[in-house]
Amino acid sequence: MLMSVPSNPGFWVNEPVRVALTVGAGAALVCAVVGCATVMRRQAFAGHALADVSSAGGSAAYLLGLNPLLGFLGMAAAVAVVMEWADMREVRERDLLTGVVLGAGLGLTALLLYFDATMGSVSGAAMTVLFGSMFTIPATIVPVALAVAGAALVASAIIYRPLLLSALAADLARAQGLRVRAVTLTHAVTLALAVSLAAMTVGAILATALLIGPAAAALRLARRPFEALVLAALIGLGATWGGIALAYESFYWTPGRGWPVSFFIVILIFVAYLLSSWAATRRGARRGAALYGCEGA
Amino acid sequence: MSTVAAALTVERACVELGGRPILREVSFQLAPGEFCGLIGSNGSGKTTLLRAILGFVRLDSGQIRLADGTTAGRLVGYVPQKIALDPGLPLRARDVVALGLDGARLGPALPSRRRAEQVEQMLHAVGAEAFADQRVGLLSGGQQQRVLVAHALVRRPRLLLLDEPLANLDVRSTAEIVALLRRLSREYGAAVLLSAHDMNPLLPAMDRIVYLAHGSAVAGKAEEVVRTEVLSELYGYHVDVVRVHGRVVVVAAEASDQIRAAVARDPVHTASVP
Ligand SMILES: Nc1ncnc2c1ncn2[C@@H]1O[C@H](COP(=O)(O)OP(=O)(O)OP(=O)(O)O)[C@@H](O)[C@H]1O
Ligand SMILES: [Mg+2]
Repeated sequence: MLMSVPSNPGFWVNEPVRVALTVGAGAALVCAVVGCATVMRRQAFAGHALADVSSAGGSAAYLLGLNPLLGFLGMAAAVAVVMEWADMREVRERDLLTGVVLGAGLGLTALLLYFDATMGSVSGAAMTVLFGSMFTIPATIVPVALAVAGAALVASAIIYRPLLLSALAADLARAQGLRVRAVTLTHAVTLALAVSLAAMTVGAILATALLIGPAAAALRLARRPFEALVLAALIGLGATWGGIALAYESFYWTPGRGWPVSFFIVILIFVAYLLSSWAATRRGARRGAALYGCEGA
Repeated sequence: MSTVAAALTVERACVELGGRPILREVSFQLAPGEFCGLIGSNGSGKTTLLRAILGFVRLDSGQIRLADGTTAGRLVGYVPQKIALDPGLPLRARDVVALGLDGARLGPALPSRRRAEQVEQMLHAVGAEAFADQRVGLLSGGQQQRVLVAHALVRRPRLLLLDEPLANLDVRSTAEIVALLRRLSREYGAAVLLSAHDMNPLLPAMDRIVYLAHGSAVAGKAEEVVRTEVLSELYGYHVDVVRVHGRVVVVAAEASDQIRAAVARDPVHTASVP
């Protein structure tokens, strides 16, 4: 099935497909890099909450007829900064606070999507905001998406070493005179950028899959940090483009009705995660056996 | 009392936390390359003192000065207490040492022959070559300790602060790490301040001891400080410094006879002041 895609000329010249491939690639790359940092900082739940909450911004944008990417981004950035501030004030039980914010954000989304459905001009806003709709992304979003992706990648590159050091142990970073707050705040902003791109492609609810999945798989296998970034980028990009190709194909499986792209992307990421777990376990077992053999000898 | 060349000067340092005095007028000085034990029982204020030297904890009064008059930054290496390295991080021992060298700089590190050599040399110095390419979170406690020492020393700090580096080590590793730290402090000209609740493994190596009890300190050579009169005055009640089977044990007076008998029965038994 997948093999037939490149031979199908419609795929490459189709405008919505090209937009989906471009925005999807940007989202996958940024999510791979920012996702690795997020998983290393053990902030997967915060990332998930941020993505869910960004849906309120996305649905507000649909209601007001604004660029949805900026809607997702505005909401995610505002909440990221608030959560970082709470962290700075050493608010106890961070996970509880995150959970409460997540709930409130989704409640707001419910209200805005209700307005969208009853008086908005865009049909299907709820599906698009929550679960994505890559073939309906307007082409006008491409330059904005690329700018957001570029900014996120540059910021991530700047804090590359300080973030690794802070993830190792914040006190070790402080002992080197590093301003850990500035690093975590910058990371929070890149997280907001990544989450808004992911929400634009696979939807706010599924954004975690793109953010956390490839990074988690890569971090299990990689031996060094840069390897993890490359691996996560390959998994994310492979899943995103593969998902787009499969969704395009699916128009021929059930004539006239294609399956959602998000479904395929998320499934491919899930498969990649299972494979990486299997590979990591196998490698661990092999290393254990080698060690045992050495000691026995 | 201020020598210009001192690696560390602590002058009447007082710290209060949560309304309680934790450090009371602590004063001592370390010369460059000196190997000093910071000894005290649980809760005596060792970690607080080290964190105050790093500038993580503010002094309520008094002063702490480093060699060049600055605080923290590039001149101090630090190995925190109870540090648990996450096995999920894709960092090799080698990467952790490299982060000690330039982890606070912005941007990714460019490949550099000189940097790689510095890291390699440091791994060799602490005897970590055998596991240099393994994931650091999967190493044993003693191996991680060596990697963290390398991380702290690779910048060639003038002062190295180690918080309970001997906890969780077996007898042989303890002796090895103490010998290693002592040798490195000489080679690198770094003053070492090392906290421990048991002074015995350090006695052969220490140039100087800072003994903390309930936030107050006495400092000096071990044979001057670890004496019944000196420590009794520090504690504010009578304690005995007891030597049995080559070990020094500090015990509150009423318990000392019992302890002496117990240690005589079972030489590995240790005791501390309540
Ligand atoms: N942030 C804080 N707020 C209030 N009290 C504190 C704080 N940090 C430490 N303390 C108190 O200060 C005292 C000294 O603590 P510290 O950690 O310095 O002891 P320590 O000598 O390192 O002990 P240990 O051998 O158990 O590591 C303890 O009684 C502790 O309860
Ligand atoms: Mg302590």
